[in-house]
Amino acid sequence: MIRVQQEDFDLAGELKSMTGGNHAIGGLCSFVGLVRDMAGADKISAMTLEHYPGMTEKALREIEAEAHDRWSLDATLVIHRYGRLEPGDQIVLVAAASAHREAAFEACHFLIDWLKTKAPFWKLEDTKDGGKWVDARDADDAAALRWNNQGTNPTSDKDAAE
Amino acid sequence: MKVLYFAWVRETVGTSEEEIEQTDAMGTVGALVASLKQKDNVYATAFADEAMVRAAVNQEYVNLDHPLSNSDEVAFFPPVTGG
Repeated sequence: MIRVQQEDFDLAGELKSMTGGNHAIGGLCSFVGLVRDMAGADKISAMTLEHYPGMTEKALREIEAEAHDRWSLDATLVIHRYGRLEPGDQIVLVAAASAHREAAFEACHFLIDWLKTKAPFWKLEDTKDGGKWVDARDADDAAALRWNNQGTNPTSDKDAAE
Repeated sequence: MKVLYFAWVRETVGTSEEEIEQTDAMGTVGALVASLKQKDNVYATAFADEAMVRAAVNQEYVNLDHPLSNSDEVAFFPPVTGG
């Protein structure tokens, strides 16, 4: 499931309803991104996340579908917030659940890496010198590319597991 | 065509959305960029470094050689920084 929303989310409640009742799930891995109070040397008082309504949901659904193609997953969840956020606030949640831990760990890592380079969100940071658009990082591109090259870990691949 | 702008591209162009009637000179995304740059200085500034701007047509990432039709939704924005 994917959700794009302004309001905060409750991590424990989200994970519980994601796996609720499915006792085939043996592993659940989640990642939560938070707003930092520093960007390089700049102190950040807040940030505003802009997105492209419509394309954002489409891109997130495609990323989620790709994770399900690559790993045997029982459930996935992506929640991304937009609007004004302050240091310490939750920005994003990605989670993957599977029978075994490898698929859950890898799919969770994949979801956040691909989301960072493909989902149309932009961060505007409030600094003492005014608003500053965050530049894309080469390190994020490299992290996403890694999944193009290596595919999936064969031990957690759907076919290998059968 | 509906043309959308996001983040600093939106701020530089000065609007988030506009309707542009497609002409023969706007057959591809790259040709649309070229004709916008000719039209006004704000576009010339926004697209000064084309490597810094991403394009989507009907909410899918595309390259500059992607063909356009008048019913398309086109969007221009910087490399994404979510997560």
